[in-house]
Amino acid sequence: MDQRLLSIILFAPLAGMLVLLLIPSSNKTAIKLWANLVAFACFLVSIPLVTRFDKNIDGYQMVERADWIPSLGLKSLIGVDGISMLLIMLTTVVSFLAVLSSWNAIDDKLKEYYAMFMLLETGMIGVFLSLDFFLFYVFWELVLVPMYFIIGVWGGPRKLYAAIKFFLYTLTGSVLMLLGILTLYFQYNTQFGVYTFEIAELMKLDLPLVTQQFVFWTFFIGFAIKVPMFPFHTWLPDAHVEAPTAGSVILASVLLKMGTYGFLRFSLPLLPKASIDATIVQILAVLSIVGIIYGALVSLMQQDWKKLIAYSSVSHLGFCTLGIFALNPNGIAGSVIQQINHGISTGMLFLIIGIVYERRHTRDIAEYGGLAHVMPKYAVVFAFAMLSSAGLPLLNGFVGEFTILQGAFEANRVWAAFAVSGVILGAAYLLWLYQRTMLGQITNGKNLHLPDLSFREMAVFAPFIAWAIWIGIYPKPYFDILEKPVAQIVERVRPGYYAGAQSANAAHSEPRQSWSGAAPASGAGNQ
Amino acid sequence: MSQFYNLVDHLALLPAIMLALFGCAILLLDTWILPDPKQRKYLVLIFVIPGLALTGFALVKQQLYLAGNSEFTGFGGSLTIDGFSLFFNWIFLLAALTVSIVSYKYLDIEGEHHGEYYALILLAQCGMYFLATGTDLVTLFIGLELMALCFYIMVGFLRGERRSNEAAMKYLILGAFSSGFLAYGFSLMYGISGSTKLRDITAAIAARDPWDPVVFLMMVTTSVGLLFKISAVPFHMWAPDAYEGAPTTVTAYLSVASKAASFAFLLRIFLGPMASVRPAWEPLFIVVAIATMTVGNLAAITQTNIKRLLAYSSISHAGYMLLGLIAGNATGIKGISVYVLVYTFMNLGAFLVVVALRRQGIIGEDVDDLAGLIHKSPGYAILMLVFLLSLAGIPPTAGFLGKYYIFLALIETKHYMLAVVATLYVAVAIYYYFRLVRSMFVGELTEKAPVSSSVGLRFALAVSGIMTLVIGLYPEPFLQLAQRSLMR
Repeated sequence: MDQRLLSIILFAPLAGMLVLLLIPSSNKTAIKLWANLVAFACFLVSIPLVTRFDKNIDGYQMVERADWIPSLGLKSLIGVDGISMLLIMLTTVVSFLAVLSSWNAIDDKLKEYYAMFMLLETGMIGVFLSLDFFLFYVFWELVLVPMYFIIGVWGGPRKLYAAIKFFLYTLTGSVLMLLGILTLYFQYNTQFGVYTFEIAELMKLDLPLVTQQFVFWTFFIGFAIKVPMFPFHTWLPDAHVEAPTAGSVILASVLLKMGTYGFLRFSLPLLPKASIDATIVQILAVLSIVGIIYGALVSLMQQDWKKLIAYSSVSHLGFCTLGIFALNPNGIAGSVIQQINHGISTGMLFLIIGIVYERRHTRDIAEYGGLAHVMPKYAVVFAFAMLSSAGLPLLNGFVGEFTILQGAFEANRVWAAFAVSGVILGAAYLLWLYQRTMLGQITNGKNLHLPDLSFREMAVFAPFIAWAIWIGIYPKPYFDILEKPVAQIVERVRPGYYAGAQSANAAHSEPRQSWSGAAPASGAGNQ
Repeated sequence: MSQFYNLVDHLALLPAIMLALFGCAILLLDTWILPDPKQRKYLVLIFVIPGLALTGFALVKQQLYLAGNSEFTGFGGSLTIDGFSLFFNWIFLLAALTVSIVSYKYLDIEGEHHGEYYALILLAQCGMYFLATGTDLVTLFIGLELMALCFYIMVGFLRGERRSNEAAMKYLILGAFSSGFLAYGFSLMYGISGSTKLRDITAAIAARDPWDPVVFLMMVTTSVGLLFKISAVPFHMWAPDAYEGAPTTVTAYLSVASKAASFAFLLRIFLGPMASVRPAWEPLFIVVAIATMTVGNLAAITQTNIKRLLAYSSISHAGYMLLGLIAGNATGIKGISVYVLVYTFMNLGAFLVVVALRRQGIIGEDVDDLAGLIHKSPGYAILMLVFLLSLAGIPPTAGFLGKYYIFLALIETKHYMLAVVATLYVAVAIYYYFRLVRSMFVGELTEKAPVSSSVGLRFALAVSGIMTLVIGLYPEPFLQLAQRSLMR
């Protein structure tokens, strides 16, 4: 049990799904109960991950290694570091809350619905746990299929279009990424004479800049579509709007993080030369900033409540990628925190829409107004979510955005200047949305007798709000957890960064041992 | 035993003898033993399964005789038994067995249940045996024609149906035409080398300049003949019609076994005699492969008939397999073997689901006929999903493994652009495969009549489905198998 914690976390949802399939479809209550139980159990088994996690260890922890396909050099290798630990916790928490929120929302093909969610959860956890690139790829693709069905079967009116668009976009990106993976795999074999997909091993590769750039762009397309970065974001509004509430929540809170996680785990450490290449950094930063501002501006224009939140994701994820490509500890740590924050706040916002949608079956902002009068609890929760998303100090969003802006400022002041405008616009569209839907008099008679939040719905929001406040008031544990992995990434991309920060004279000192155990590739020419 | 027919010759020929023997036995005995048409299904039990079992036994004997050696030859080098031939022969055996055990109910519904059908399956497999083992032009050509003739008849097996007749006619005429090209190429090979043995021809061609006009002409004509057989663009015209018109069980056999045999044949020729003229044929094959993937994938998008859709998809798969040959390194060739193996299971499986859709009075070949399958027969729908995901190459299904090798081989040989094109078509393929998925899982149930199923069909489907998943999740033993097929 002790050594197999990660496997248990990984396969618990899958096991739950297999049992679920044995429950007869007619017994709806049993299916719901079991699904919630499994989702909660999956969260419970992931708690030891936090308690056993040792933030002072360099590199990966709780690593489990087994041969999978020896003739391809393929291993089943899983482990966590600070970044993946936080994202896995986000996954298990959000998955449970998403399942809980579906109690009344879904009434059709329940068994299949919950089975898809559990399969999805295993896929997502697998993505964050994999330390073998091939294994990562398998989980990465595995996630697509259940998400396709969740959107395509239980979605809104244009669900089929949205589902296949989501699938095609992501798949196109990921098959190109596969070419990049295979290039690394092949190069490793040429240099070391063995085939392996192990990330720590692949980091020993010494590749010329051109090859790194080629691989970087293939990865970029795969990850940027998933994030999504401008201009690859067009699948996102469709998928979010058409997906059922719980699907949108998972999509926004966890699935998008797979892209940013990919940049952090693969692009930066495996391709340090390309990642610090001036042109590439410029392009990535500009795309991030365009995403931030464009996403915010488009959000301002939306008449559809859910679409507004969907575009706000583009804006928020722009901050995350900007933080990553600031390539300094503040930027990267801020980016990870912001990923968690976005998971919390946007997850909440989608749930909030889901609740009125269940009651009114419309997402048109003009249909609402003055809801605070009939749904006071709801209005409070919404206010929390909205302020957390807008980055109000003492709530989580502020911590993330502030740290990212700090990092961006260190890297390039112009970037920070542009990005700040995104924060302002963000506050604008969110407050305006709140005003239009919650405040004022009730203009639409249909809204006069909307029931307020039920106990179950409160139970869904409570953990989110608590988490948001925790990060907002006391983020130190998060930064502590992230310190080592972030330092490793920065050290890998810019060898001698920390030494240089301590003393200007030490800039040319020997680079520290990297976490793979090998000295990082010489980056002297790239600084 | 004389010097013309010794024990080794006998062993080299044994599987073919078994197949021919049982095939002819069916022709001679079926109406005599089983006069009642309702009993025809017992032909599978009495003849086909024992025949294939003995063939399998003969293959095992060959394997044992091979022991540590890489190959042994029979009939003065006309037949070569090696890992390669055994690998492909097992695939043929598997395909023939699967198709035989699922056919009886289907043929009853079509009202064309005749003993000849099973005889043709076995005789076609006999032809394939020579395609995989032959290393002599004459043997290969006879094998090819034997296989092709059986298929011409089988495609037109539904005598009362116009589609079937038309398909058979088209296939026959175009097939004969391409065989003519191939024969012309073979005659030039003979002209260059003065021998019909592939080994001598290889040496004779290697001694010449790849751009020598005669060699070039030989290469082009042979390629045309072979590319026709694997239904590569622009020689693919027959495939959609033949696939659509043929009885679905025959389509399954045609798309899997015939394609595998043609690839075995192609590899024998292009890794043997043609290896030294690679500079001349590689650009040609690159163009053909790209065209094949393009036409196959794009044309499949608009199809409304499942069999036609799968026909175009199988054209595109031929394009992917050709990429393995273009890369030409060990990974690429191993990739073709792996691809053929997984293709056998996933494509057979997909066609078997279509077989199940054919009921009394319902053609069941339209994409809409799949509508709501998940409500009616969830097992079939989920299996079909597995097959389609595998055909599209999504991990962790077996199909991904085939594509993995092909892409890796392209990267290893620095065909980056080709790799990018090939990967992008995966996304196109997902689109049309998911039209079927959409119909099955999201579409409303319109036709309440249950799908037809028989013990054989359920068994074959389950095995194909399990294999598609097992090869995807734990491919190690199968990769070893494919590896052995390369040891030459």
